[in-house]
Amino acid sequence: MFHIYKLPILAAALFLLATSVSVADERYSPIKDELVSKECGACHMAFQPEMLPKRSWKKIVGNLSDHFGEVVSLDAMTKEHIASYLQDNAADSGWWGGKFMRGIKNHMTPLRITETPHWIREHKGEVPSQLWSSPKVKSKANCIACHRRANRGDYDDD
Amino acid sequence: MKTLHRTIVIATAAILFGGASSSIAVANPARDDIIKSFATQAEMPFSAERGKALFEAKPGGGKPETPSCTTCHGTSPLKAGQTRAGKLIEPMAVSKTSGRFTELKKVRKWFRRNCKSVMGRECTPQEKGDFLTYMSSK
Ligand code: HEC
Repeated sequence: MFHIYKLPILAAALFLLATSVSVADERYSPIKDELVSKECGACHMAFQPEMLPKRSWKKIVGNLSDHFGEVVSLDAMTKEHIASYLQDNAADSGWWGGKFMRGIKNHMTPLRITETPHWIREHKGEVPSQLWSSPKVKSKANCIACHRRANRGDYDDD
Repeated sequence: MKTLHRTIVIATAAILFGGASSSIAVANPARDDIIKSFATQAEMPFSAERGKALFEAKPGGGKPETPSCTTCHGTSPLKAGQTRAGKLIEPMAVSKTSGRFTELKKVRKWFRRNCKSVMGRECTPQEKGDFLTYMSSK
């Protein structure tokens, strides 16, 4: 039995649902693979694979002898394992195309998450530039300095 | 059997007291074995003092961004350090981070990598043992 006086309640409920969905927006699946967490998380946070396309991960893992200026040595099996995990969970691994695919053209293979259109849009105007170089932050790769639950894939705290 | 028993007792003690005893270095059989493995290739007995000097030195020969072990590990082994990407590195002193230097594969890997970054060459078994002896005394 539907009464017209229930409409505002329904509307309120829908509104709440909509806002909670848009607030809980920046969530990504946490890394569930021990080896990936360990090997990719020693020098920087292990970034969730959903933040780059497959082709980016492939290129990154294929060039570990010059990993942003560092030499990373992994045995062949570990490398293979990590490469497949990252690609299987990449931004474009689902049929829908993840948030991080937005604005990435087919010919683009970004190697830094911080150079993807989505990342740039989310940080533009929000972060004063001197904050990036403050000693506690030190680099844009230090997500956890501001996003306290970043290692669990939760970036909703801004 | 007897040594196994001892190992278990020590390991249990390490688990029970490892977290609480923040100033007393806890012996660890796995770590001792790692240090011993370097001792067989070293010419002198290990010295914590030489280890300290190595840790604090700016030897040159490596990458300009990483002149010293302290660049990333911080100037005090009792305090956390920070990588170039800003990630926190738990203190190197075994009294602060009880799991330190207990996995040979990990120890080897980081010595290889970090010695190359800082001095442009691998560390000798002598240097490795001195370094571990220093961190174990802290
Ligand atoms: C570029 C940054 C950086 C520099 C410089 C650096 N380290 Fe490290 N070191 C790390 C990181 C990151 C780890 C791994 C994280 C951890 O174990 O907490 C590590 C781990 C280690 C480990 C393994 C620790 C363990 O628990 O097994 C040893 C040994 C080590 N470093 C020795 C050295 C020595 C000796 C130097 C100087 C010659 C040095 N490091 C310089 C970043 C650095």
